[in-house]
Amino acid sequence: MLKAPDSDVVLKTEITIVLNSLAKGLPDYAAALVQAGLLPVLWEQLELCGGMSSNRVFTQMVLCCLRSVYLQGCAPPPPTWNHKLLTTLIQYGYSPPKNQECVANILASACRQQQLVDSGGGNLVACMLCSPYSTVQLPALHCLAALCWNNERVSSVIVNIRYGGKAIPDLVVTLMARDRPFEMQLAAAASLTYLHRSNAIPADDPKIMYKTLQCLVRLCRRDCSVWIRVEAATILSYLTEVDMELQKTASMTDHLIVLMTYYLKYQVETPNYTDSPPFFSPFSTRKYNNPNQWPELMKEAALKVYASLSANDEDIRKKVIETEGLMNILLCSISNGNSSVQLAAVRCLHSLSRSVQTLRTTFQDHTVWKPLLNVLKTSSCEELISVASSTLCNLLLEFSPSKENILDQGGIEFLCGLTRRPHPGLRLNAVWALMNMAFQAEHRVKASILHNLGTDQIFRLLSDSDVNILMKTLGLLRNLLSTKTHIDQIMQGHGKEIMQAIILILEGEHSPDVKEQALCILANIADGDVAKSAIMSNEDVLKKLMNYMVMPNVKLQIAATFCISNLIWSVEIGAYERQAKLREMEVDKILESLLNTTDHNLFDKFDRNFGYIYNGHSKFYMEHKH
Amino acid sequence: MGIGLSAQGVNMNRLPGWDKNSYGYHGDDGHSFCSSGTGQPYGPTFTTGDVIGCGINLIDNVCFYTKNGHYLGVAFTDLPPNLYPTVGLQTPGEVVDANFGQSPFVFDIHEMIRELRSRERTTIKEFPVTDTYGQWQTILHKMVSTYLVHHGYCATAEAFARSTSQDLEEELTSIRNRQKIQKLVLSGKLGECIILVNELYPGLLDKNPNLYFMLRVRQFIEMVNGTDSEIEFLSDETVQHTSVIQSTKNIMSSLNDRNPAGCQLSTEELNQRNAQESSMSPSSSVIHSSASNNNNNNNNNNNNNTTNNGSGGSNSTANGTTSIIINSITPPPPPDSNYNPISSSSSTTTATPAAPSSGCSSSSASHINDSDMEMEYTDSGTTTLQKESSAVVSHSNGFTNGFSKHEEPQLDPEEDMDIEGSSSRGGTMMCKGSSAAIERMLDLGRELQQTSQSLRRDLGKSKQNKTMLQDAFSLLAYNDPWNSPVGWQLNPAQREPVCQALNSAILESHHLPRRPPLEICISHTKQLIDLMSRSGLGSCAFASVEAILQNQSSNSNNNINNSPNNISNISCSSASSSTSNSSSSSSSSSSSNSSCNSIDSN
Repeated sequence: MLKAPDSDVVLKTEITIVLNSLAKGLPDYAAALVQAGLLPVLWEQLELCGGMSSNRVFTQMVLCCLRSVYLQGCAPPPPTWNHKLLTTLIQYGYSPPKNQECVANILASACRQQQLVDSGGGNLVACMLCSPYSTVQLPALHCLAALCWNNERVSSVIVNIRYGGKAIPDLVVTLMARDRPFEMQLAAAASLTYLHRSNAIPADDPKIMYKTLQCLVRLCRRDCSVWIRVEAATILSYLTEVDMELQKTASMTDHLIVLMTYYLKYQVETPNYTDSPPFFSPFSTRKYNNPNQWPELMKEAALKVYASLSANDEDIRKKVIETEGLMNILLCSISNGNSSVQLAAVRCLHSLSRSVQTLRTTFQDHTVWKPLLNVLKTSSCEELISVASSTLCNLLLEFSPSKENILDQGGIEFLCGLTRRPHPGLRLNAVWALMNMAFQAEHRVKASILHNLGTDQIFRLLSDSDVNILMKTLGLLRNLLSTKTHIDQIMQGHGKEIMQAIILILEGEHSPDVKEQALCILANIADGDVAKSAIMSNEDVLKKLMNYMVMPNVKLQIAATFCISNLIWSVEIGAYERQAKLREMEVDKILESLLNTTDHNLFDKFDRNFGYIYNGHSKFYMEHKH
Repeated sequence: MGIGLSAQGVNMNRLPGWDKNSYGYHGDDGHSFCSSGTGQPYGPTFTTGDVIGCGINLIDNVCFYTKNGHYLGVAFTDLPPNLYPTVGLQTPGEVVDANFGQSPFVFDIHEMIRELRSRERTTIKEFPVTDTYGQWQTILHKMVSTYLVHHGYCATAEAFARSTSQDLEEELTSIRNRQKIQKLVLSGKLGECIILVNELYPGLLDKNPNLYFMLRVRQFIEMVNGTDSEIEFLSDETVQHTSVIQSTKNIMSSLNDRNPAGCQLSTEELNQRNAQESSMSPSSSVIHSSASNNNNNNNNNNNNNTTNNGSGGSNSTANGTTSIIINSITPPPPPDSNYNPISSSSSTTTATPAAPSSGCSSSSASHINDSDMEMEYTDSGTTTLQKESSAVVSHSNGFTNGFSKHEEPQLDPEEDMDIEGSSSRGGTMMCKGSSAAIERMLDLGRELQQTSQSLRRDLGKSKQNKTMLQDAFSLLAYNDPWNSPVGWQLNPAQREPVCQALNSAILESHHLPRRPPLEICISHTKQLIDLMSRSGLGSCAFASVEAILQNQSSNSNNNINNSPNNISNISCSSASSSTSNSSSSSSSSSSSNSSCNSIDSN
């Protein structure tokens, strides 16, 4: 009937009112309406109304109905907006308040960031933020949050939009004032957080550092309702995920670390279904309807906050780790929690594993590696495995007591399997972990790694498109090829393939850093008694080495020279022959010219290192990922 | 370094927090010390260059700290009263800069205060009331209706009573009488007022000599102002004004004849009726003019149907009283200018000032018949319309004879003065420059002097009376009393206390409460808040009655009214109609404070 062109507007209006009432009922009703094809009809009607100002009531009802459907969260946003339609919708958003409310809700639920901004959605949001009605301001904030979420381009546009002489961030700050309703403060803080994380507002801006941070910590307080506390903590963890200053400030604001322990201990006192929040927002649909899930949600949020806070600062980590019962909760969550709590717990563990002290004490006491390895082996969630394997990297560090245990539990096999995963992050973590594992390891470990990984896989990793994986694989090779005996043993078994691999890298189009690693591996090989012959017999490699010695890159020059120096080291057997051969190739001239170099830095290093066997093949790999 | 709070008499040679009744946050370890030698881990350490804030929340009785503008959280709870800020220095060479608010704080304390304020407000607003049988609602209704009755918002009270289905304690006529009297006082016509009071409440003024004296002094002031009725008619322009009374009376009666039920007439209906009548009745234009008056008043009442109905209803019941007004007003000036040679002659001679003042007088006169308490503080739009209407009156009734020509051109914008013209415009000359009026005023002055003396004889000295009289007489000492130090007396707002006193006296004589329960309630609340502050309860700082009442109304404006129900709508309109008189209600509550004190001492 709505579609019928000759239907009376009054009748159409009545129909829409009925539909609106239906859509406001149970989510199932709304879903059924969507399935019945309600949305296209409504959009069409709205477009038809566009030109005529006469049927304002009808337009309003169409908007209301659309809003009700979208608020139920069961309708997917339109794949792309019809530009004209979007423009019309935005036009409706300027007045009156009832329309504004509807349009803001629709846009917040069905947001296509770039398109919306291109059509002037940013200006509309700015205008709505200045509305005197909280029913308009709140959805406008949700819309803003949806716009800025994880989108640098849109955010950079948004920060510069002004309305009434004030930029959007300033408008949002006024809505974050402490005497505003909690949900308004929360939505405003979320918007600013997203703007910050999209690099539109720097962390040291008072709006972020003071207003947003304090507002979020405040909303974690015990006098707020559960859903606000959970949302606030989650947003807070997002806000403080990267910036160290924010982490430091948050950790000292209003006893946040202690406050979070209440989250962990949270129990539903008396499940009171009546005060569950009937509140909808784009980021909290229906999640909080069942109070029995609240403890899990609280736990997840708190663990996320801990993970963010302890990401960088050792002092904060110490405070967090001292939180009573935290470790037990972490381990329980990892083994028993639902997937999102598991993820949060592993994140937290990952942040904490960056502390040497923690690795050696608390983690060892609680045998953290057990549940972690279990998760890695059983879970299918890539994000979870990614974080867990990063944690494992840290647990496999040379000084970590867990290393042995993980090796015993088939860590090598697992990690080698992981290098074959399609997800680049997983491959990286796996290689990284293997590299850490191989550092100053016993020969059986190295052999096991080589055996499990297989030379094919090494080649595959070396041709990986991700530079980081390439670097770590080379690092793994370097760590494998260290100390004379190991070098010889390995080169005996896999010498040919390794030399091939190195030539592959040296010939490929790679950055100097990658090539330096390859040269370092050569230098290591040159250290082995038997392995030297692998280089000496390969004139191609020697020529390459000489080439690198004259390259204008200092790092490459040094690495190549070290390799040569290892080859000609006179104490060893056969040194004379090698020296003769190299002299034949006029290496000595190059060396002489290098000694005359004007680069003081380079000369200095030569001077210091010529009498020194380059044996420092390993680096301390404890870099921070994520 | 330790920063904190200590009570009086704490050892000054120790860091705050170490001893009993002292509290401190120490920079070396970041611990908080609560009257104890061992500290609790509290916050970060602090050192040179850091700004540490220490704040007390007197509502929750807790102490918090801030570091460089970041809130560190509550450090101490259950603080005793009367603590002093304390800084303890231990290391030689330590330097402290203290800021007690003389320059802005790094931490945004104002926002925190705002939050506490809004929290207090929510607590008050959401204070649980056990209302099982709707008693609470009934009490509230009663309070509202008694307030409306007390101040004579007759139509509103009636509408309110009807929609909340309750009875008014006082009879409508009685309310209306008081309303009329108040209206006279508020429009500065004390002379008429006194006569009317004597008419309606014989013996009232005799029993309250102080009140009578107050009224007379006010009358004196109004004479200076030129607004009192005795003066007013002396100075020339009664022609139109009385005729309007006469003619509106005609309308009233004609309306009532045609519409015996007398109520439920919408403005349009009235207009239609008037239009019909205009074809047959000779006083057609008069009807028109008064109809437009009606219209204006209704517009002022937010076009609210209920008030409209109310005025319709009052018209019917006021049947008998209209004649009373005219009778009672008339004695000093005869109602019809035909009988008054002075007025007609003076009007011909000084035609120029006649037009504006006629505007105001006619409007006030027609207001008397209007049941709603619309004071002259209406916008100028109304005034012009009323002026026009009065101009029409003068034509149609034919009283104006020759000088109607003079009057026509005077309807230019310059003459469209506001109704308060008497105070702002007449300001150039005392008693509007009429010598007869001055004469009359001086007579009254002498009379007052005598009364004052006799009052002192009978009732003893009264400082209040003395200053009142002195202030009033001081007006004569100035060439331009309006801009003199005692000129405040001429402000129309000063009529309000007089009006209140008179109203209360009338109600008391009828054994009705002197003050409406609503006002008693408000002043009682204020008293309780005073008591809170004396008992050291911090919340009282944010519990100002005025702020809460104002916030309430602004809140209701902020919400989009999705589903208006009838009751809320009505209460809304009565609130908005009473805002025009808000100044009077506030002055009444301030005057009521003294009596409230006596309650307290009891």
